This record gives sequence, structure tokens and C-alpha cells, in this order.
Amino acid sequence: MRNEQTPFTLDTAQRELEAIREMVRPCMQCGTCTASCPNAFAMKDPPRTLWRLLLLGFEEEVLAHGPFWMCSSCYTCALRCPRGLPLTEAMAALRRLAARRFPRTAGRNAAFYETFMDNVRRYGRVQETALMTSYFLAMKNPFLPLEYAPLGLRMLGKGKLHGPSAAQKGELQPLFDKAAHKGERP
Amino acid sequence: MKYAYYPGCSLRESAREFDVSVRAVMERLGAELEEIPDWTCCGASAVASLDERLALGLPARNLALAERASPGLDILAPCSACYLNLLTAQRAIRTSREARAEAGELLSAEGLSAPAKGGTVRHLLDVLINDAPPEAIRDQVVRPLTGLRVAPYYGCQILRPFRVFDDPERPSSMEPILTALGADIHPWNMGGRCCGASLMATHKETALVHVGEILRAAARTDPAAEENAGDAEDAARGADVIVTVCPMCQMNLEAYQGQALRAREGGKPVTVLYLTQLMGAAMGLAPEKTLLDKSLAVTGSFRSRLAGLKEPSAPLAQEA
Ligand code: SF4
Ligand code: SF4
Repeated sequence: MRNEQTPFTLDTAQRELEAIREMVRPCMQCGTCTASCPNAFAMKDPPRTLWRLLLLGFEEEVLAHGPFWMCSSCYTCALRCPRGLPLTEAMAALRRLAARRFPRTAGRNAAFYETFMDNVRRYGRVQETALMTSYFLAMKNPFLPLEYAPLGLRMLGKGKLHGPSAAQKGELQPLFDKAAHKGERP
Repeated sequence: MKYAYYPGCSLRESAREFDVSVRAVMERLGAELEEIPDWTCCGASAVASLDERLALGLPARNLALAERASPGLDILAPCSACYLNLLTAQRAIRTSREARAEAGELLSAEGLSAPAKGGTVRHLLDVLINDAPPEAIRDQVVRPLTGLRVAPYYGCQILRPFRVFDDPERPSSMEPILTALGADIHPWNMGGRCCGASLMATHKETALVHVGEILRAAARTDPAAEENAGDAEDAARGADVIVTVCPMCQMNLEAYQGQALRAREGGKPVTVLYLTQLMGAAMGLAPEKTLLDKSLAVTGSFRSRLAGLKEPSAPLAQEA
């Protein structure tokens, strides 16, 4: 899907980064977000630190560390931030930026989301069985399917695995084209 | 009560039991569902991480189809991720001229226009608690869930970021429904705790930590009840079942139990069902309407507890 997307220029990156900085500029470093984040333990730079680094201009480090890939969009930080900052949106914006600016480090993380959206473009409705198959292929990790295999067998037993349905196949291509095309304009 | 119905992809795939039980329970409550014709994926929890334009366009398309086919009807979404995506797009289109123009532009490829009017996007739980009074639910109960202890699990997306029908920190909207079914409520504070969502696909080890904590909290005995001497036997057990209202929460909590409990301090398996499956069981709906056999986590002790409840009386006859 990536090659159908907007050609990515440094300019766009700078603009997007600036927009993210604006989202968190009023941060007063109280730490409520980090204390509330269920995934902070797994992040190299937990939320409060992340905003600080961004505002101080350490975006390269932040993008390379990728703590935002550990965000599960639970909105707890945004709910509790005394400044009312849109922190979950900032995390998502960082993921979009990193997926294009650091495709290599983002690879493992972005692969699932990209495979997912590709499945949507193709079938109109998510076809879970086909999705997991392409995800395993995209990850190029021969052991990954094993990790999910016991579940796969149980799903099979429950009649929950099947071939993709063609009911809405191709239905979303015009919308995807439009979205990709629109981004090409300066 | 009539709604435009948006099942969403999961309900057509791994969450069929949710779709079937929602339709059956809504029918029992006298509601009519008009499925949105040719609906497509809303972008789920993936789109916001990749593409802002599609994050608006994918839900907007479904809102536009609903407006065309069922003008003025509220849009009912049982999946929390679909609900949040549809609601976010609807609010953006209604409040921002820019978003409205962008949605219009994206949908023009198919001859649709930005859905600026139309009914409000609502989650199943919102509809159940606000459009059906608890008495209406109680009236349908033929097999009260007496003695069954239920842990209501809400997840994130119906509580946050939009405060619509429940308290985002201390949710309680399922309690009147569960009480109407005759069940007891497991006292816990994990109802609004994140299940790990799509981290289960990208960083499983992290998501398993959340699932483990939620399962252990459900199995935990209630310290208050334990002090209550007379209740000794009852206090000795935790929840009999966790109920969910979201296919992603359901999948994370039911399908990865073994791994989540092995990963840390261990713990007991817990039955996890969709709220509407449990409602259906209390309403005496036929097994093919509750589809308990499709669920991945139903323990033997739960089955025997359910079987031990008073046999369904008269209204079941209508089912045959
Ligand atoms: S809660 Fe808000 S103000 Fe406090 S550190 Fe986090 S972002 Fe900054
Ligand atoms: S939205 Fe993301 S960053 Fe914020 S608390 Fe939840 S997981 Fe943490």
C-alpha cells in the first residue's frame, strides 16, 4: 500500500512534526499521562518524556525509539491530562509520521496496520483469515504463524476460519484512489 | 424503535455470535434493525495509524449510505471500534467545514455526498440502557440468572474520548441490565481498563500483561463479601463470567487466556461472553440465537451453573 501513498517529502514531514509539537506545546510536565498509561512500562520514552523530547527538538531519537508503537489508543492519558491535550491523536500522528520517515524501524510495527488496510482496500470488508495469512507473509517471520497456530486450530474448530467473501470486493477502490490522489496535490 | 444497523467486519467473521445475539435480543425488545446496504469496513483500529484521509472517508461512506437508505434513523453499532470511528467522523463532519468538504470530495468518486444530516451514531449499550427501560428487559427474562456473578467489562472506546452515556473512569451502565437479568455484579475496577487492543497483533507480550491482570481481577474474591460472615461460600469465588460489548475485547480476553495466565503469576480460566449472549440465555432464546458453542472461553463450571438455573417457562414456546 505504501507505494500508492503520497510521495513523502521532508517538507511534509516537517509540517507534520510541527503540528504534533503544537498539540503538546502547553504540556506542563505534570506526569499524569505517564502515570495513567497502561503501556508506559513497555515504552522506551513514556508519554511525559516523549512530549519533552519532542519539544526540545530530539525528534530523531523519539522517532527511532518508537514508544508510540506501544500505545493501544486507550485514551486514558487524554482523559486525565489537566491541560486537556489531544495526546492519543498525537501518538497516532507520530505513528503515521514514523511509518513513512523510518520505514525500516517502523517495519515490524507498521506491517500489521498496512496489511490490514490493504485487506480492506481489496475486499471492502476485513477478511480475517486472509488478513492473518498476509500478515505472516509481510512479517517474514517463519515462527510467527506457530505462535498463533493453536488459536487458528480452535477457530477452525468453531467454524470461524474461511476463505474471503467477494460480497464487497473492490467496492472501496475509488475511495482509496481518491484519498491517495488528493495527497499528491501540493 | 427502528435503527440503521452497522454490523461491521468482525461481526461477519470471528464475532458471528455477537451479530446473531444482538439481532435476536433487539427483536425481543421490539426493535427493528435495517442493515445498511453495501456497508464496508470503517477502518477499525488500524486506519488512524496510517492515513488521516481514509480515517475520515471510510466511516463517512457508511454514514452516507445509512443516510440514503434509512434517512433520520439512528445508526446502531455493536462493535466499539466501529462505534468510535463512525462517531468521530460524524462529529467532525457536523462541526468542521473543512472535514465536511474533505468527506464530500472523497465520497464524490461514488456519487455520494458528505453525510451532514442523518441520525446519530450510537453504541449498542447506549441503545439498551436508554431506549429500553430495565423493566422491558426484565419482562423478557424467563430464566433469571439468580446467583450468577457477572463482571461487566466495558473496554475503552465506548467510554473515551467521548463521554456519551457512561462515566469514562467508573463505568456502570451495564449494571441495571445485569440486575434486570437477575444476576449479581462482581465488584471490580477493571471494567474500563484497556485489553491491549491491537497490540495483541503487534506486541503480544505487552497485551498479554493486560489480559492477565483483567482475568485475575475477575477471578478474585470480593474482600467486602468475605468479611460478611454469612456469605462465606459465595465469597469464595470470583466472577462466573465476564461480559463484553466489543469483538476486540472479547477476542483478547477469550482467545489468549492460556498464554496470558501462563505468562505471569498464573490464574484460573474465566468464561467470557458477549452481553447479548447472556441476555439471550436469560430470555430463554434458542441455542442458535445465543451461539454459546461459538465462544472460545466457556468453562465447565459455568455451563453447569447455567444448566442449574430454573428451566425456561412459557415464552420459550414461541421460539419453536
Ligand atoms: S498529563 Fe498533560 S500536562 Fe501532564 S505531562 Fe502529560 S501531557 Fe503534559
Ligand atoms: S492512549 Fe496510548 S499513550 Fe495514552 S494512556 Fe493509552 S496507551 Fe498510553
